[in-house]
Amino acid sequence: MTHLDLAAPALSADWRRYSSARPWRAASHTPTILALLAAAFAFLWLPRLGSDYLFSAVLVPWLVLSLAGLGLNLLTGYAGQLSVGSAAFMCVGAFAAYNAQLRIPGLPLLGGFFIAGLSAAALGVLTGLPSLRIKGFYVIVSTLAAQFFVPWVFVKFGWFSNYNASGVITAPPLKIAGFVLSSPADRFLLVLGVTLAMTAAAWRIVHSTTGLRWMAVRDMDTAAEVIGIPVARAKLSAFALSAFYLGVAGALWAFAYVGTVEPHGFDLARSFQILFIVILGGLGSLAGAFVGAAFIVLFPIALSLLADHWLAGILAPGNLENAEKIVVGALIIGFLIREPAGLWRLIQKAFHRVQVWPLKA
Amino acid sequence: MVSLFRSLAITTTAAALLGAALPAQAQNKEQYFPLQSYRVGPYAAGGTGFFGGFIDYMQLVNQRDGGVNGVKLTWSECETEYAVEKGVECYERLKKGLNGAPAAATNPLSVGIAYATLERSTQDKLPLITINHGRTDSTDGRVFPYAFPLQLNPYSEVSAIINYIGQQSSGLDKLKGKKIVVLYHGSPYGKETIPVLELLSKKYGFALQQIEVPHPGNEQQSQWLTIRREKPDWVILRGWGVMNPVALKNAQKVGFPAKHIIGNIWSNSEDDAAPAGDAAKGYISITTHPSGTQFPVLQDIRKYVVDAGKGNLADPKRFGNVYYNLGVVNGILNIEAVRVAQAKFGKRPLSGEEVRWGFENLRLDDVRLKELGATGLVQKLQLSCADHEGGGAVRFQQWDGAKWNVVSDWIQADRALLRPIIEASSQQYAKEKGIALRDCGKEATVALK
Amino acid sequence: MEFFLEVLVGGLLAGVMYSMVAIGFVLIHKASGVFNFAQGSMVLFAALTFVSLLERGWPFALALAATLAAMVLLALAVGQVVLKPLQARPPIVLFMATLGLSFIVEGAAQWLWGAQVHALELGIDDLPMDVGGVFVSRFDLVAAGTAAALVLALSLLFNRTRAGLKLRAIADDPLAAVAVGIQLTRMGAFVWAVAGAVALVAGLLWGARTGVQFSLSLIVLKALPVLIIGGFSSVSGAILGGLLVGASEKLAEVYVGPLIGSGIENWFPYVLAIAFLSWRPEGLFGERRVQHI
Repeated sequence: MTHLDLAAPALSADWRRYSSARPWRAASHTPTILALLAAAFAFLWLPRLGSDYLFSAVLVPWLVLSLAGLGLNLLTGYAGQLSVGSAAFMCVGAFAAYNAQLRIPGLPLLGGFFIAGLSAAALGVLTGLPSLRIKGFYVIVSTLAAQFFVPWVFVKFGWFSNYNASGVITAPPLKIAGFVLSSPADRFLLVLGVTLAMTAAAWRIVHSTTGLRWMAVRDMDTAAEVIGIPVARAKLSAFALSAFYLGVAGALWAFAYVGTVEPHGFDLARSFQILFIVILGGLGSLAGAFVGAAFIVLFPIALSLLADHWLAGILAPGNLENAEKIVVGALIIGFLIREPAGLWRLIQKAFHRVQVWPLKA
Repeated sequence: MVSLFRSLAITTTAAALLGAALPAQAQNKEQYFPLQSYRVGPYAAGGTGFFGGFIDYMQLVNQRDGGVNGVKLTWSECETEYAVEKGVECYERLKKGLNGAPAAATNPLSVGIAYATLERSTQDKLPLITINHGRTDSTDGRVFPYAFPLQLNPYSEVSAIINYIGQQSSGLDKLKGKKIVVLYHGSPYGKETIPVLELLSKKYGFALQQIEVPHPGNEQQSQWLTIRREKPDWVILRGWGVMNPVALKNAQKVGFPAKHIIGNIWSNSEDDAAPAGDAAKGYISITTHPSGTQFPVLQDIRKYVVDAGKGNLADPKRFGNVYYNLGVVNGILNIEAVRVAQAKFGKRPLSGEEVRWGFENLRLDDVRLKELGATGLVQKLQLSCADHEGGGAVRFQQWDGAKWNVVSDWIQADRALLRPIIEASSQQYAKEKGIALRDCGKEATVALK
Repeated sequence: MEFFLEVLVGGLLAGVMYSMVAIGFVLIHKASGVFNFAQGSMVLFAALTFVSLLERGWPFALALAATLAAMVLLALAVGQVVLKPLQARPPIVLFMATLGLSFIVEGAAQWLWGAQVHALELGIDDLPMDVGGVFVSRFDLVAAGTAAALVLALSLLFNRTRAGLKLRAIADDPLAAVAVGIQLTRMGAFVWAVAGAVALVAGLLWGARTGVQFSLSLIVLKALPVLIIGGFSSVSGAILGGLLVGASEKLAEVYVGPLIGSGIENWFPYVLAIAFLSWRPEGLFGERRVQHI
């Protein structure tokens, strides 16, 4: 197994390239301000402008997937542990939120989401345990085990779906402090609020000691151990926090987006989708999750609109999805080769170029 | 490289914006059908055939009759890949209609998508048609005003199968002491019938074992070894996709006779039997609609649509197969509902709410079926405000190694037995969701001439 | 007891089918250190191409040769477009790249050949045979024989040819191999082509059993625990791992399933694999690694 040794120096260098925040931090005040402005715009104006379609089929899934991508990024992008079981944590979150609402009378909606996060985090710690002994991408085995085990549990034991014959749960009406969130715009605001708050928290986490320890583990865990970083704790905390985010994302998916959940809706394909969000958006960057999710949500829609209006007859409806698969697959390889820091880095570069452009001219 | 990515991103965004901003040209006299189709992925065979038949039938109505009373039919497809959230996205995208033509009904052909769009459909007043599948208790139109599990809901399906087995054993009373194994797909669809089968087993006194096959179902060795040990008289196969041919192959492997396996409504196509090769010879399945091209309506489709080069199927060999004919049947039922509604509301494009009325007052008798050229293809059907299923009859067909042959007449499900269970379930749903029951007595049904 | 034996034998033979897929992984991992997630979609691509050519009236041998050629072309393309630019990158990155690759191959396979289910008859009747009171499937025996022949052919390839010698040199020490003039990329493409051929054989056997269709690419998920248990770089480990996974999951399904609920086959191998990993992280036949700092 000498390739691993061969690759080891390259490994750390490579992962270091992923954390895109550092080199750009100096110039990143403007994006922060822009982001705040965008958030204010989203809260105040979008609900009056957007259509139902925009909210329930574009913006809500975008934010939910962004949050999920953010969660996976904490684990994979920052702590370097590859996971292909994200959907399992989302599934736990969705079912935990449902059961919490069902069984704890008077529980506020956000309290249910919190329980969703905690339940997923518990599974996260459990899934992370083997990572203390095994390294590298072998960790995907325990995440895959979770991926297959979790839906089985929810299908098998009727208690989780309140003994519904088909095992499908439907979300209760969403209420916050007496307000019923019934319109797509209301649901969008709920998701937006949760996502923004949790993104801010994630920002704090990755810039704290915990975040630094994660990156040390990612870049070279044996060395990290030698210099006294508690590697086991760092890994498990990454698993727990990542799963917490995914759990909340799962609850939002079930409650605010689709409205019903069957365990198999959180299958391996969903886990891959979230992994792709992180790879395309940018490993180890919080903004990357949002950019990646935007791509994953918008690209299929754009492609099918394109096919409807200009390629009708050239691209058969069935081949759209194939085309999408091919393009997404090719982009993943392309980004891994050329720009491991993902779309977000491209945007930053473009932004930077615009900033210096007047001076150049 | 960077610029390549950038230009790609720009093109994509531009395409999205342009696509969204394309002007909607108002055209009157068109009725729109949003199609949440799926033509790729593990279940593509079903989607391609079903939506092919559906589209070809609509094409026929346009080409031969000039639409429904002069209202042309129009449609567009949105690929769901059988994934729930894509189905929802498609639903939201298409529900508003196309170029001013209002949407009549949605037909997702997916239990998962149907579940996810059930409440939205009620809110948007757009009928949700789940022909031969869907949520069983949505048969109760008092609680589910916009859902229509047309022809055959899952409970009726298993009830009819048990009735057939009874008939084969020369009497339902002879079922006592028989052993039946149900092999079901590990999904909401597969699990739906567990309780009702238990009820039937108690009522008729047959031994019942229900075995789950994990999705997608390409591994069934242990399940079939168990079946071999149990030596049941019949196996009921409630499969989907790859699970079906694999079940037949495994049956052959353990020496279980195919002629004692009865496939349900989603195990009954050529794509389920043919891939199993010889192992499928003698395999029996139910169907609400025989395959074949001899029906006048299919002959018309061939004449006006396929031969005119307007057919939807890429592979002409699939014309007249089970999934295709289901699509045609689905087309007939949808268009007939539009026709019924037009008789009441006027010969113009109708809203979803008006089409809903058409579905609830749909009645297909022998005369109408003959006019449609669909005698033997579609069963007699009468829907009402309270009953959104309407038929509940199936025929049995047997695979001879190359094609299906119908081997029984229409066999009815015991709908009177099932109705109380369905109502109990729908009323629990109504309670959970705080839905007030519709009073069907007030909404007088108008009998057709 | 007879029933137990039947389940055991059936499980072992099912395990051989997993091994067929796992061997493809082992080859690629041995030669280039890549965990090739796209092996499953290569199986799909090979089987779909073969059966589609057959349906278009090509004779068996010609279809086989054409498919083999297609797999070699695919291997060369992968080598040039994916592996070369990603040389010396961490395994985790290469793994993610093959994930992308699997999407491309699946999309392309379905675009080229459509999505319907194809029957594939290899002319082997799958009727039960009675061997001393225990029934055995004839098809499974043929599959096991094919696997044995495949392993034999591979070991000849690796132990008796110059290419095999070079490959072993790379697996032992890539730096030294480069130093003595072995071209890593060329050998990489060679191994991918061999893995493509293995995918074709696996695809034919699996396709004859389940019908050729999209879900063939999912068998990659069954091969993964096999690899963990057998070790990533040993062909005999892949065989043994396959037997172990096949037998234990079937026995678990039949005997443990009724106790805790059926349908445990999907996750049971993974739990087994975790247990193995904690006990022997390098797998049954894997080599122990030394961590360098």
